[in-house]
Amino acid sequence: MIAFDYKRAESIDAALQACAERPGARFIAGGTNLLDLMKIEVETPRHLVDIGGLDLRTVEETPQGGLRIGALVTNADLAAHPLIRSRYAVLSRALLAGASGQLRNKATTAGNLLQRTRCYYFYDTASACNKRELGTGCSAVGGFNRIMAILGTSDHCIASHPSDMAVAMRLLDAEVETITVAGERKMRTLEELYRLPGDTPNIENALAAGELVVAVTVPPPPRGRHLYRKVRDRASYAFALVSVAAVVSVENDKIAHAALAFGGVGTMPWRDRGAEAMLIGEAPSQKLFERAAELILIGAKSNGGNDFKIPLLRRTLVASLIELTDGGK
Amino acid sequence: MSSAHIRMDLPMEHSLLDAVPSGPVGQPVSRIEGPLKVAGAARYAAEHALPGLVHGVIVQAPFGAGRVIGLDIAAAMAMPGVLAVIDDDRLVRNAGEFAGAQAPVQGVRDVAYFRQPIAVVVADTFERARAAAAAVRVDFEAVEGVFNFETALGSAEPPTNDFGGLFAIHTEQGEVEEAFARAAATVDGVWTTPSQSHAPMEPHASIAIWAEDRLAVFGSYQAPSVTRDQLATSLGIEAERVRLESPFVGGGFGSKLGVMPEAVAAAIASRVVGRPVKVVMARQHVFDFTGRRAETRQRVRLAANADGRLTAISHEVITSQLEGEAFFEPAGIATHFLYAGCNRMIDHKIVRLNKLLSISMRAPGEAVGQLALECAMDELAEQLDIDPVDLRMRNEPERHPELGVPFSSRSLTECLRIGAERFGWAQRNRKPGSMKDGEWLIGHGMAVAARGNLFGPSRARVAIGGDGRVTISTEMTDIGTGTYTILAQIASSLLGVPLDQVAVKLGDTDDPTSAGSGGSWGAATSGSAVYAACEMLREMLASAAGCRLEDAIFAGGYIEARDLRRSLAELVGNGLETEGSVEAGKTTESFAQASYGAHFCEVRVNAITGETRIARWNSVFAAGRILNAKTAKSQCIGGIVFGIGAALTEELVHDARTGKVVNRDLGEYHVPAHADIPDLNVLLLDELDLAANPLLAKGIGELGISGAGAAVANAIYNATGIRSRDYPITLDKLLPALPSGSGSAC
Repeated sequence: MIAFDYKRAESIDAALQACAERPGARFIAGGTNLLDLMKIEVETPRHLVDIGGLDLRTVEETPQGGLRIGALVTNADLAAHPLIRSRYAVLSRALLAGASGQLRNKATTAGNLLQRTRCYYFYDTASACNKRELGTGCSAVGGFNRIMAILGTSDHCIASHPSDMAVAMRLLDAEVETITVAGERKMRTLEELYRLPGDTPNIENALAAGELVVAVTVPPPPRGRHLYRKVRDRASYAFALVSVAAVVSVENDKIAHAALAFGGVGTMPWRDRGAEAMLIGEAPSQKLFERAAELILIGAKSNGGNDFKIPLLRRTLVASLIELTDGGK
Repeated sequence: MSSAHIRMDLPMEHSLLDAVPSGPVGQPVSRIEGPLKVAGAARYAAEHALPGLVHGVIVQAPFGAGRVIGLDIAAAMAMPGVLAVIDDDRLVRNAGEFAGAQAPVQGVRDVAYFRQPIAVVVADTFERARAAAAAVRVDFEAVEGVFNFETALGSAEPPTNDFGGLFAIHTEQGEVEEAFARAAATVDGVWTTPSQSHAPMEPHASIAIWAEDRLAVFGSYQAPSVTRDQLATSLGIEAERVRLESPFVGGGFGSKLGVMPEAVAAAIASRVVGRPVKVVMARQHVFDFTGRRAETRQRVRLAANADGRLTAISHEVITSQLEGEAFFEPAGIATHFLYAGCNRMIDHKIVRLNKLLSISMRAPGEAVGQLALECAMDELAEQLDIDPVDLRMRNEPERHPELGVPFSSRSLTECLRIGAERFGWAQRNRKPGSMKDGEWLIGHGMAVAARGNLFGPSRARVAIGGDGRVTISTEMTDIGTGTYTILAQIASSLLGVPLDQVAVKLGDTDDPTSAGSGGSWGAATSGSAVYAACEMLREMLASAAGCRLEDAIFAGGYIEARDLRRSLAELVGNGLETEGSVEAGKTTESFAQASYGAHFCEVRVNAITGETRIARWNSVFAAGRILNAKTAKSQCIGGIVFGIGAALTEELVHDARTGKVVNRDLGEYHVPAHADIPDLNVLLLDELDLAANPLLAKGIGELGISGAGAAVANAIYNATGIRSRDYPITLDKLLPALPSGSGSAC
């Protein structure tokens, strides 16, 4: 860990100002990811601006019937929130599937969205990694890549996005609300927030330097039954090998609404609207679900150690959809 | 001071512990040091606050094989608070071996594995030392290393050291090939197990302080005297000038037996800067350079008659090690004695790799050997259509099948019978893949546990103070096992002093040398030394009281005989102390000694995803006298958890291109979490082993792991019909053979 200075912000304005005055400054809240990365010098900010004291810990109903979730609401609090549990079960379940109790108590909503990959080589400063240091190469491609992504990858990076919560947020069409030091407010969907690695895997999102996430807004809950299914190596405290978030409703024996998102497989929380469109209006059946899985997997590319994620994603998705539609009958 | 010595040349006729039935030995006494631990008052190695303490952080080689040409330390030295960057030739790159005073490999310029220690940086704070360590630039010359076990198998050669016969390298008897040719049924399979990490909860840590020419070290070590001797040899000083204290150790599992790089680094650094130096390993360091259990490739062949009796057993092991290192993973160690059969061949070979040192890890040999042998037995049982429990019983040997000596005690058949009954084994469905609960395939499996019993030299001092309180002092350690408690229980029972009047002082090399914690022998060796001392004290007390020892009853802090009743406090005057010592004798050779058990488990395998979860567990063990029903059970449970990890999740991954450890944190090296472990039902049978030691107890710390993983693998087969011989059995290994698609859920 290199030396850094630390400032505790008393207000949003002060936080933005402090960050603007200190080139390379980073915001810190729960610190569950940033501090680990600083200790091993994968992250080397010279300045930290602590936003943990800001009043961003509330969950409010929006006039549109959705919820506005403060950036600093902890993962534990969000998972347990009555409105989340009753209306956004998929989000509550995704949160509880992630990390451990201790981590969820510290980790925040915004921090969770912005956590960095668990790629072993990203964590290892003695390895080449384009995400850590652009132009050095990717050690994961020819290395141990069991946990790496199969969707959205490039020749330069195959690191998977580790979040469970973000998968549910993507499914829910959540929007990330930010503010800049100039007072400008922006709303971005997760599709707009995250960047595919392409040839610049070091750039993971669209946020400008010093732009602060203040809230995440979810629209009214989608119709249908909710499911978050996480497949992992051990029953707790393990990242998803594959996860499926799904909300599906069946009306008059036809699928009326379907939203699907995936974790563990993509370089960002993955969603495929084409597959959703394919399902809508159709009678649920295993054949249909398998066709949807094939569509999602068209661009999938594995690297040996993660070959299994392709059949695993197909199997998990099909089983999830069968469960949500009462056995596809 | 008086002394008493016991050498196990003949079996005991009886144990004094059986003459004091009301004593606390055997009772489920809670750890006597427990309150200190939960209150944070038990000081572990890194927790000693000393004036002027500074911090050392080890610099690691950024390449996998070759030579350090030089270090550019200018940037590091210019950083605030940095006191020194040291690359002394005496620093060590490998851990010490488990016995002997020999220094580990010294000289850190030659690099044998990725991230080996090459220097230590000292600074006034830990954070500054860590930052400076990262700023040291290494100029090196890399050579081509050998990193890939599979592709190097052809270079395997026999080990050169059998550790005094403890690890037999190659044994052969009868006509193995002929027996295979004539057999009614045979099994011939190759099982593979990966590198594993001990991953103790407490990372390795040492604080070193010099005063004149004497060195004092607080360290986290299982056998402090062994470590002290190796440390002294590394430093080139006499062992008498070094004192090592390890009063509390947060788990070791073999990774704290020999001296580790951090203790040598702390000692050298402290000499250089003239202040106390603390070197604590980061969690990544524990994975990088303490040691590992080596990967194994085991070919097991079994031949049997139609009635299930084994006619031949062959167990061929290839494992890996650094060039020049003697230790090898003796995976065939229990195959020598577990089952009958006239024709036998057991063989070990080593491949030399540039991967971190292979060292002892909980049940070296048995833990991985039984992952192969016990699955081979399951396959044989199925082939012969004999119940796997029954197959084991049919192959119960009357004497050691290779050495011909009798077993000191062997209750395996009882463990099998009682275990099967408690589990409801008879009700299981023998047809694989035939039990289902929704998406979950259900299977039942069993396997045998066997772990050799060892005995060795150990000493302990027992003193009765003028206040009647008893103090036990020995260099023996408590690594979470319960030593503090069982030693107090033994003295309390034998001297008739209430348990809360017994104090135990452990882990200080200035106290009488013990056998240390390792090889499951800590309780038996140190406990027997306490026994010897107490036996002598009883004689002295009876004599002082003027009564015959045979008449004396020791209870409640008094000695009573006929109409005599005197308090110990009164009898000892200013105090009375004696030193007890024990050593192994002829019973080591004249009897085959081992602890046994049987595991039964139910697993659930998800038919869609291949995820395996343990649903139910039942084990029965027999390990001689159980000294403390609670701590012994905890040891068994901990061992089983280890075994479940080995079966399902634990794999220390090395990058095949560089040999470096890839998953070097507890987020990615998957030891089982609480959610992975159901209620583990453990029963300990009554057994006394007269040949083992005066306590009539056998080792238990490594028994639970032995065979546990095989029970899981066999249950997975019963659930799915899939035999995965490649551990750990992660879901990707089951997925291709699981029923396709998800239609089954409809």
